[in-house]
Amino acid sequence: MSIFKPATAALLLTAAAARAEGPGLGQPLEAADIPFYATYVKPDGTGLPAGSGTAAQGAEIYAAKCTTCHGETGSEGPVMPPVGPNDVWAKPAGSYWPYATTLFDYIRRAMPLEAPKSLSDDETYALAAFILERNGVIDADTAMTAETLPAVKMPNHGNFTDVWAKQGAKPW
Amino acid sequence: MTRSTIDGAALDYAAGGGLLSRRTLLASAAAGTAAGLLQPRMAQAEAEIPEWTKAAGARARGYGAPAAAESAVQRAIIEPWQDVAPAFSLSGTPHHKLRGTITPSGLHYEVHHGGRPDIDPARHHLMIHGLVERPLQFDLDALERYPMVTATHFLECAGNSLFNAVMPEPMQAGCDMLHGLVSNTEWTGIPMAVLMEEAGVKPEGKWVVAAGADGPSLARSIPMEKVMSDGMLALYQNGERIRPEQGYPMRLLLPGFEGNMNIKWLTSLWVTEEPVHTKDESGEYTEILADGSSVQFTFAMGVKSFITHPSSTMTMSGPGFYEISGLAWTGAGKVAKVEVSADGGTSWAEAALAGPVLPQALTRFSLPWHWDGSPLVLMSRATDETGAVQPARADWKARYHASNFLHYNAIQPWQVTAEGAVQNVYL
Ligand code: HEC
Repeated sequence: MSIFKPATAALLLTAAAARAEGPGLGQPLEAADIPFYATYVKPDGTGLPAGSGTAAQGAEIYAAKCTTCHGETGSEGPVMPPVGPNDVWAKPAGSYWPYATTLFDYIRRAMPLEAPKSLSDDETYALAAFILERNGVIDADTAMTAETLPAVKMPNHGNFTDVWAKQGAKPW
Repeated sequence: MTRSTIDGAALDYAAGGGLLSRRTLLASAAAGTAAGLLQPRMAQAEAEIPEWTKAAGARARGYGAPAAAESAVQRAIIEPWQDVAPAFSLSGTPHHKLRGTITPSGLHYEVHHGGRPDIDPARHHLMIHGLVERPLQFDLDALERYPMVTATHFLECAGNSLFNAVMPEPMQAGCDMLHGLVSNTEWTGIPMAVLMEEAGVKPEGKWVVAAGADGPSLARSIPMEKVMSDGMLALYQNGERIRPEQGYPMRLLLPGFEGNMNIKWLTSLWVTEEPVHTKDESGEYTEILADGSSVQFTFAMGVKSFITHPSSTMTMSGPGFYEISGLAWTGAGKVAKVEVSADGGTSWAEAALAGPVLPQALTRFSLPWHWDGSPLVLMSRATDETGAVQPARADWKARYHASNFLHYNAIQPWQVTAEGAVQNVYL
């Protein structure tokens, strides 16, 4: 058996080398040409822009831009209400998600549905503050900023099992 | 009602409810048919000749379309919030109206979180950046010059079969609504490893955050291991450029992983050390378990099957011979076997698998059946090459919180009534 091992290793190396050889037609990508949605704000806050917003400011923007889909107070829906607990959605974003940073990134890139990427950074911080405050996760006076948002302790954090880490691609 | 000429008493039965051996029937049925054909018929001068046989047909055309009489073969559209959020829309493949294993491109299922974008291919780019030696961008013309590979794989939405997962009473609908969020395609494109190696992944780059060019810029964190082992930048679907519904001009393909991760309209691959906890991996595509805790990063789809012929909403055309046929698949590799029961699970017979059985691809199974006209329950149960077996619905439900509708892979029972109606039931 052992005599086959070097041969197999050589074969694998050849395969890897062959695979690496493309025609090399990629063009250099400058940092200035990477739009924000090609990255994601990390749980530690890396990637958060300057700016700030409070729950009170967020309430006004929410009333103008979000109620038709997510409900008057954020818990009615019909679409996945972000405020919980509610009767519609067992995973309300403002209390179920493990990290508050995701609220900022997702709202900035994707919401409102018909006009994604139309909100300013201040507006986005304010909407995140509003949703967190309505869920009782932060108090009404704390403005959300690049410093305060990643420091928010989400109540459901620690209640997740990472299946990939536990068993890789084996279906749960 | 069409009566079969086969003598039920003389057949080789494999299990209860009239299931026949997968090996013997085709031979005996063929013999019967041949005997019938041996009776010579007189040529009939007065037999009707249809008008299309007495005229020149239509001319060649640039792009074909299904026969006009098949216009009812459509995807079933599911729009949970069509009044306020019509862009969030889904459609399911009508598996009960199809045979074979490849899903026609126009009938591939859709799940659009923010609608289907209208992309100008000349202005679309793929970026590879983050923890790489050389941040790169590629346009479609450059990508066309790369060596390509071809592979057949299913895609299944993690929410496929959601109605069976959460509805207290079984919904009476066809396979398009009940199990339509799975489809099977011959994909052609560039192995992701070639593009990643051109950019030069740094040793600390363990995850890739893929993002689409759609309105919501849908994003998922994907383990580098998966991207490098069999990830594909898919450019072609069943031989032609990917359809807009499936990600034109390019999508990520991760064989066996839940549909949501196979980012459509792919524009960015950002290499990171850790997953970034995007919206979908924080809430929507996590599952709450029976104990109230949750599982996340549940990537691969479990072993699953269902009978397409006959299936819910169909009506049997009388007692006698039928071929039971259906689809089986697993995200873990190949389907090892499919068993069929025609007596509600009391006895099972092994179905024939149409080869070649491909990994992470839909596999067609079939079994001959002689229905004596009495009411019964048909079901199929798939086992994959890792030994995983489809659970009963009650066992699946017991693992999860009542609200969970993701990764449902329970056995699908179809009730056949004495009148020949086929209905969705829970067992
Ligand atoms: C026209 C309807 C519509 C409007 C208006 C809208 N949303 Fe949404 N929202 C959706 C849809 C649809 C989804 C689900 C998208 C998905 O599944 O990927 C969603 C998802 C969300 C989520 C994630 C929910 C979850 O549990 O995964 C948040 C948070 C959110 N929206 C916030 C907002 C905010 C803040 C506004 C106002 C600026 C807004 N939305 C306006 C339709 C809308």
